[in-house]
Amino acid sequence: MGKLHIPEPEEALPGVELEDNQGLLQWISSVDHKQIGIMYLWMALFFMLLGGLGALLMRVQLAVPRNDLLSPEIYNQVFTMHGTTMIFLVATPAILGFSVYLSPLMIGANDMAFPRLNAFSFWIALCGGFLLYFSFLAGGAPDAGWFNYAPLNQRPYSPSPGIDYYCIGLLLAGSGTVATAVNLIVTVLKLRVPSMSLRELPVFVWMVLINSFLILAAFPSLNAALAMLLLDRQLQAHFFDIAGGGSSLLWQHLFWLFGHPEVYILILPAFGILSEVFQVFSRKPIFGYAFIVGSGMAIALLAFGVWIHHMFATGLGITVNGFFSASSLLIGIPTGVKIFSWLGTMWGGSLRFTTAMLFATAFLVEFTIGGLSGVSFAIVPIDWQLTDTYYVVAHLHYVFVGGSLFGLLAGLFYWFPKMSGKIIPEKQGKWFFWLFVIGFNMTFLIQHALGVLGMPRRVYTYPDLPNYTWMNMLSTAGAFIMGFSVLYLGFIIYKSIKSGKKAPDDPWNAYTLEWLTTSPPQLQNFKEVPPVKSFRPLRDLKQDNPNWQLQDDPWKID
Amino acid sequence: MILVLTHINTIFLSLSIFQPASSQADHIATLTNYFIVAAAFILLVVTGLLIYVILRFKAKPGDAEPRQVRRNKKVEAVMIGVPFLMVAGFFIYTINVMQEVHPPAGNQVPDVIVTGHQWWWEASYPGTGAVTANEIHLPVHKKVLLQFSSSDVIHDWWVPELGPKMDMMPGRKTHLWLTINEPGVYEGACSEFCGEQHAWMRIRVVAQRQDEYERWLQQKSQPAQEPQHPLALKGEAIFNLATCGNCHTIRGTAAQGQSGPDLTHFASRTEMLAGMMPTTEDNLRDWLTDPQQVKPGAHMPRFIFEQDSINALVAYISGLK
Repeated sequence: MGKLHIPEPEEALPGVELEDNQGLLQWISSVDHKQIGIMYLWMALFFMLLGGLGALLMRVQLAVPRNDLLSPEIYNQVFTMHGTTMIFLVATPAILGFSVYLSPLMIGANDMAFPRLNAFSFWIALCGGFLLYFSFLAGGAPDAGWFNYAPLNQRPYSPSPGIDYYCIGLLLAGSGTVATAVNLIVTVLKLRVPSMSLRELPVFVWMVLINSFLILAAFPSLNAALAMLLLDRQLQAHFFDIAGGGSSLLWQHLFWLFGHPEVYILILPAFGILSEVFQVFSRKPIFGYAFIVGSGMAIALLAFGVWIHHMFATGLGITVNGFFSASSLLIGIPTGVKIFSWLGTMWGGSLRFTTAMLFATAFLVEFTIGGLSGVSFAIVPIDWQLTDTYYVVAHLHYVFVGGSLFGLLAGLFYWFPKMSGKIIPEKQGKWFFWLFVIGFNMTFLIQHALGVLGMPRRVYTYPDLPNYTWMNMLSTAGAFIMGFSVLYLGFIIYKSIKSGKKAPDDPWNAYTLEWLTTSPPQLQNFKEVPPVKSFRPLRDLKQDNPNWQLQDDPWKID
Repeated sequence: MILVLTHINTIFLSLSIFQPASSQADHIATLTNYFIVAAAFILLVVTGLLIYVILRFKAKPGDAEPRQVRRNKKVEAVMIGVPFLMVAGFFIYTINVMQEVHPPAGNQVPDVIVTGHQWWWEASYPGTGAVTANEIHLPVHKKVLLQFSSSDVIHDWWVPELGPKMDMMPGRKTHLWLTINEPGVYEGACSEFCGEQHAWMRIRVVAQRQDEYERWLQQKSQPAQEPQHPLALKGEAIFNLATCGNCHTIRGTAAQGQSGPDLTHFASRTEMLAGMMPTTEDNLRDWLTDPQQVKPGAHMPRFIFEQDSINALVAYISGLK
């Protein structure tokens, strides 16, 4: 069998001229997709600490009724920045980080199609993040919530420059995201090993590809809305100003036409990660490859037909609401298909519960809870009761944390040996897993009940109604366990990088090409790649070579 | 187990969407119950399968590679078919309940017009001249039509026991039907983030028997009582002098302002500042002394009154029954 030589795109790698260990300068000047991917992940972790700090401040304020620790002015800035940070500066960069790091490796390429654009996308996103946080020094952070409804986002109601920074910061970060999507699409379509047809694309790469089209279609709506809002605030345009003939509903349409696909943008690559993790640790191929890819496409298409379910309480009438109720209910089907595909993957397998697999397994339960509470918003009358309450807060955290973040953490523990060349001891990983799972459920499960009991979201305090106090106190206690576990995660990552055991190239006896190269991969990922015959090329290679020696027994990793 | 369930039960019987007090809330609660049963069933199937899979297929050292099953068409058909049927069923039910709960208003004159303000509710009763704030009286056993709008940003009406919420938007009119079953006091709150004091924009609906309601409406249509006590008379003079009337209305006097709550019958409301505190002379005194201290961000300016003036104003306003 002929192995294919992979050329190194040298002229596109100015960082190459620097020696390996030139520290920060090398990172800053790098256009290597692996370094950029890792920088995305550091960016996500950094902003996660900031956003998490905001979350803890909120939970302290809400621990007891009629608390006056934070003024409403401060509280509203804190919750706005928490949401904006977690969506745009944590989840999005983390998703892009994995996509940019892994996609070329998994398709046997040596870099992205446009390495310089890749670096540009990252740095502009990071600058957008810093600019958003600069608003704290410039006279006040944005204070109208992460979805920033008109006309509350207009000058008369939010005179501080915070929302101007929100517009500019998110425009920058959003432009970076769009550029990365273009880059990923071209990379996946043009740089695959020639023998890898689309039917042999690893599931993760499929999800990245679908996701990139989703980004291309969704972000322009946000960027347009942000530009219009900036015009409103700076040049007295009247897009969203009612007195000037504008419409406050227009903002909601534009925002959610982006915002709902954004939810799927943040979960599809996590689905991809989980699919890889389930396969490797069940020792089986994904159950229903075509189904899992097809349902990803179905979700992406339906994503553009459901945005009104964020607006059921705006009084749009039965016909409109009914249509969007149907489309939103339908999206439950491909999502359910995925859950059962993963269960099918585990069924009959030989399950290895590493930390990565634990997160993937817990995901199945947490995400089912988040998915089911999501379906209740498609049922319009239930939405009329529960939208904009703590039930929504619980739901969205089960989706973003129990869904996206659990998937990302599974990915982090799965690929950490590849990215860093070091091992995180399983024992420490499992401690983190249990702390995080307990803290997370303690914080958010009870919030479903708070919503049912009538507590609206985004309140800086609440009266001492029956059951409110102990429920909020419990939630606050859970938040601190979560906060502690994230610090512990930072600690074990730091310690493993600093003084961890060296990782073998293929510690999990895995299936995809990234495990064929060294850990961490050298600048040139591959010198040669075997012909690809299925979506598990590395397994095929091992099967075809009966003498293949695993460098390490996956059972002994610890 | 039973103890836990009863406890959970008592929790949800206190002010909650599962304690419906209107026929609209009733329809929604029934639908919600069906949904919960379906959702619990799915969650049970997923966790049950998962636990079985974990126990049954956990790897043992020395396991050979398992059979490489790639798909199973029967399972795939069930995977799509069953959820589709459930979804279709709920869709039909959803449309039914929507038509039951929220039919169009047509040209019918609303019973109450509720206008959201940062951070209080104005309620006026068309054809009667009655205007009140934050505590909204409604008759029981009658299908009443509420019309909503907003004078500034988006607010949202929500009284969980009475059913659906509805946004109140500047420049648009929305509506809500309510058929309240039992007399009582129902607590609610603004449910769309509306700025600094969103937390203290609470609603109270007082549902009354038809005759009591009509008596209340008749009384609240009257102009304000003339103050009798000299201190209250002095308060009235200060009220007019200090431009209070530019924002507040006290019917029967020169005060005809539209941007603050109507104070004609202020003292007959049990709570002030949209549910923030009970209506007492002390609270009123604190409020007049420094509104920003009591409710930061509120649109009432600080007037820096003398202590005497405050006492007079308190005597006047707390006499407005």
